[in-house]
Amino acid sequence: MREAVIGRSLEGEAVSAGAGLSFRDVGYSIAGRRLIDGMTVDVPDRGVTVVMGPNGAGKSLFLRLAHGLIHADEGAIRWGDAPVGRSVARDQALVFQTPVLLRRSVAANVDFVLKSRGRASVEMRETLLRRVGLTGFARVAARRLSGGEQQRLQMARALATEPRVLLLDEPTASLDPASTAAIELIVRDVALRGVKVIFVTHDVGQARRLADDVVFLANGRAVEQGAAERFFDAPRSPEADAYLQGKLIL
Amino acid sequence: MQGFGEILALAFDLVLSGDGDLAEIVWLSLRVSISATLLACLIGLPLGAVLAIARFPGRNAAIVLVNALMGLPPVVVGLLVYLHLSRAGPLGFLGLLYTPTAMIIAQTILIAPIVAALSRQVLEELHAEYAETFRSLALSGRQTLAALLWDGRFALVTVALAGFGRAVAEVGAVMIVGGNIDHATRVMTTAIALETSRGNLALAMALGVILMMLALGVNAAVHSLRLTATRWSHA
Ligand SMILES: Nc1ncnc2c1ncn2[C@@H]1O[C@H](COP(=O)(O)OP(=O)(O)OP(=O)(O)O)[C@@H](O)[C@H]1O
Ligand SMILES: [Mg+2]
Repeated sequence: MREAVIGRSLEGEAVSAGAGLSFRDVGYSIAGRRLIDGMTVDVPDRGVTVVMGPNGAGKSLFLRLAHGLIHADEGAIRWGDAPVGRSVARDQALVFQTPVLLRRSVAANVDFVLKSRGRASVEMRETLLRRVGLTGFARVAARRLSGGEQQRLQMARALATEPRVLLLDEPTASLDPASTAAIELIVRDVALRGVKVIFVTHDVGQARRLADDVVFLANGRAVEQGAAERFFDAPRSPEADAYLQGKLIL
Repeated sequence: MQGFGEILALAFDLVLSGDGDLAEIVWLSLRVSISATLLACLIGLPLGAVLAIARFPGRNAAIVLVNALMGLPPVVVGLLVYLHLSRAGPLGFLGLLYTPTAMIIAQTILIAPIVAALSRQVLEELHAEYAETFRSLALSGRQTLAALLWDGRFALVTVALAGFGRAVAEVGAVMIVGGNIDHATRVMTTAIALETSRGNLALAMALGVILMMLALGVNAAVHSLRLTATRWSHA
């Protein structure tokens, strides 16, 4: 595992995450309920992968599994050659669907993450806050921010780790159109710089704008995956077809 | 027998006159109980943190035990410490019985479980909330602990104050291991017990008033901490 990481960093400017994400027959249960059921997915090692699917499909669990926060009961999850684990997770940042902010100021929240990566500096913090449109909020208690501001702060913290892989769980769900556009711009920008982005969203328009490829989940399974254009023009699975048309999937 | 109002008036006179004996007793009380609180935090905080964060076999039993020890009767603690420190006891050679040090030891044992149990609760709640975020950031155990202690600092100070409140108000333990010796080990609670039995009600009441003001002060501190915490959205 360790070698895989060193091997990757020795490639130097090879920028990308170095390796795509693969799920092989992954199963995950809680209290006897099979929440992820024989999931097999291949996510390419670059570009923006958008994950879609109805509520409860398993999108958030998919990100947690990929990030190593929870462990599969069955099957295998790998990033390239490396099984998911602590050393892999260190190169990744996850923006949670529900923000978890420290009981500190906005600035201290960013500083905390910068410091954990051994690179705290006022300029870096200010740059990050500017990028997410939180300049002027530095001294505010993070938990006093509005929902959308909290999500933007989460985004700043994620960027502070300078990840190779950015996992985003509906990061614009409560953002106004301008802030959404700003986040999308950041996402496209980091993806261009070689960061692998996996982006969960319910917003079909946003998915069309961002996606290079799409993974569609339903009932704990990956029912479809493929290039974005093809997916949106002609979804192959009845589930995705119904979802895109705004119908309930039962 | 004097009336209650009269006694209270005498008591306030004593407090305001800055009586030397009174000051000595109050000072010793504070010295003993503050020392015990600091020591109890030194023991109880790490213990509470381990119980909150670490997962090990027997953890639940340890939590139940620590919670149960919160209710230790002071006289029992006094008795146990007495048995260890008395001339015939295993630590008798130290000659600590009937010294302020013995009182500090007894009060430390009395309130360390309180600090441990309450700080465990504080840190566990915080940890439940932060755990995934910290693991996502790949923080070390040390970094996690430091962050929890810092973000829980207001609640943890409240815990320490609760321990201090219990220590300064207890009488059984310090009576047994201190012996209530004048100018040596006499503290507020033991003095109140003695002076009341002697019929010296004004002095007893004066000490009672001071004790209650202390309780008031501690609670005011707790409350203003809570306000500060809310302002910073810690609550
Ligand atoms: N800790 C848990 N205990 C029990 N059930 C859980 C747990 N976590 C998730 N689930 C269940 O697993 C299923 C998938 O959850 P998940 O959060 O991945 O959905 P999602 O696709 O992200 O949905 P949404 O679009 O609403 O965010 C849901 O039915 C949920 O109730
Ligand atoms: Mg979700």
